[in-house]
Amino acid sequence: MSITLTQVQKVAKLANLPLKDHELEKYSSQLNKILDYIDKLNQVETSGVEPTFNVTNLNNVFREDVPGKSLSQEEALKNAPLKDKGFFMTKGVFEE
Amino acid sequence: MTGNITSLSLIETIEALKKGEFSEAELNKAYLDRIENLNPLLNAFLTVEKPQKGIPAAIKDIIVTKDIKTTAGSKILENFISPYNATVVEKLLEQGVSIIGKTNLDEFAMGSSGENSAYKAAKNPWNLDKVPGGSSSGSVVAVAADLAAFALGTDTGGSIRQPASLCGVVGLKPSYGRVSRYGSIAMASSLDQIGPITKTVTDARLVLEWISGADGYDNNCISSKLKPDPNRIGTGQIGFKNTMKNLKVGVPKEYFGEGLDHGVEDVIKKAIQKLEELGAEIVEISLPHTEYGVAVYYIVMSSEVSSNLARFDGVRFGLGRECFGAEAKRRIMLGTFSLSSGYYDDYFAKAAKVRTLIKQDFEQAFDPSTGSGCDIIVGPVSPTVAWNLGEKVDDPLKMYLSDAYTIPASLAGIPGISIPCGFSDGLPVGLQILGKYMDEETILDVAEVYEQNTEWRLRKPSIK
Repeated sequence: MSITLTQVQKVAKLANLPLKDHELEKYSSQLNKILDYIDKLNQVETSGVEPTFNVTNLNNVFREDVPGKSLSQEEALKNAPLKDKGFFMTKGVFEE
Repeated sequence: MTGNITSLSLIETIEALKKGEFSEAELNKAYLDRIENLNPLLNAFLTVEKPQKGIPAAIKDIIVTKDIKTTAGSKILENFISPYNATVVEKLLEQGVSIIGKTNLDEFAMGSSGENSAYKAAKNPWNLDKVPGGSSSGSVVAVAADLAAFALGTDTGGSIRQPASLCGVVGLKPSYGRVSRYGSIAMASSLDQIGPITKTVTDARLVLEWISGADGYDNNCISSKLKPDPNRIGTGQIGFKNTMKNLKVGVPKEYFGEGLDHGVEDVIKKAIQKLEELGAEIVEISLPHTEYGVAVYYIVMSSEVSSNLARFDGVRFGLGRECFGAEAKRRIMLGTFSLSSGYYDDYFAKAAKVRTLIKQDFEQAFDPSTGSGCDIIVGPVSPTVAWNLGEKVDDPLKMYLSDAYTIPASLAGIPGISIPCGFSDGLPVGLQILGKYMDEETILDVAEVYEQNTEWRLRKPSIK
């Protein structure tokens, strides 16, 4: 499996990573090398094997629905680069 | 007495305080003086606090601390101050521990050498031209150089065990789910675990006791607190009186193949011989899927990284995504690719299935009825001793392969410890002891008996 420069550009966009041209080139060559290595997984027969996503096999760990201690609005906003009237400020979603 | 304060283990420190041999203020001052002298050489700490009381601990700077900066070794979080403490920090504070500083690491705990820190790379106290290993580089250096009584690190694919091996200290990765990760900035959520880095095995047991147990904030941590039998603590007795009689030790042949440095191999084989002399039964076992561990890990981990690091959007905290370092970007790219439409089945789903086979390898080795019935598994932590700073930075794959012996246990969620077991080329070598899921007790027992019957732990680096 190899990954093209165009695919790398697409992946960077999906990942919301602003990469420069030289980075795109560097990552296509490095990712290709890593993916070549990862292709060795194809040597392993896995038909009928269940995937492991979590070793604890825990599902739906519930708790009582009671309010507990939480951060104040001031604390939650403390690290925000931009804020206004108790809100986080961000770029407009529908603007280009 | 004050001259020796910083060379004491945690347990010895607690006893000396009880006896009034020195005060908590003297204790903290002794460590702070040493940090002032040595940190400029070692870059172990990113932030140094000035505690006057408590037992001084070094905390990996990916574990959040209220009112003390937490950078995760990243430029993105260079000004981040958490509004709350991680659960492990709260638990340590309850025990009278003070935070003496926050330690250096590979950015977001991604790396095996410490060199991916966005700040100055930490250095190996045994040789300042060598890497300390990573990603818990600063925590391990702090303990090895006596800059803290103990430290906390995090281990996702070996980030506690590997640097502990390279710097000659004790590093324990508990079972997945033993310690709450609330307040540990997430890297790969199905693998991350917080654990102790200490001067002795007995210290590691105590710190694990302090930090373990469910808190209701990490739903994978439902275990109760590790409550060691008081007859076992510090005695090294294991119910087998300072011997390892009736202990079955598996030695996986896959951990002694191509890529293992001969000097390291010799040291590990001597350590295994020592276990045998102490009464253990040694059996060769096979963990047949070991060679696929690194490939599985780099898919699973990167995929989880790409998801976890999506939260760094520069809106609620931190700077923009252009501030990620090269390794973080590389892993986000690899993970996003392996989860993307059209590739998911070939990469992420395939890796998750091979992960099952790796987990079953261990289950088989531990199973007394269908498998080898081992109590523990031992082998090297790292295929080599510490390498030169800069040696592997341009070859990510080579760097990844240095974690081949620590990754399988992480994928399986089982506990593992690295303990000093000798030197090769003047640099420390660690013995890895792996245990059954949620059975930290046995690996701590064995490690403790080994430690008490050898003198490796008494060697200290002369830093120059």
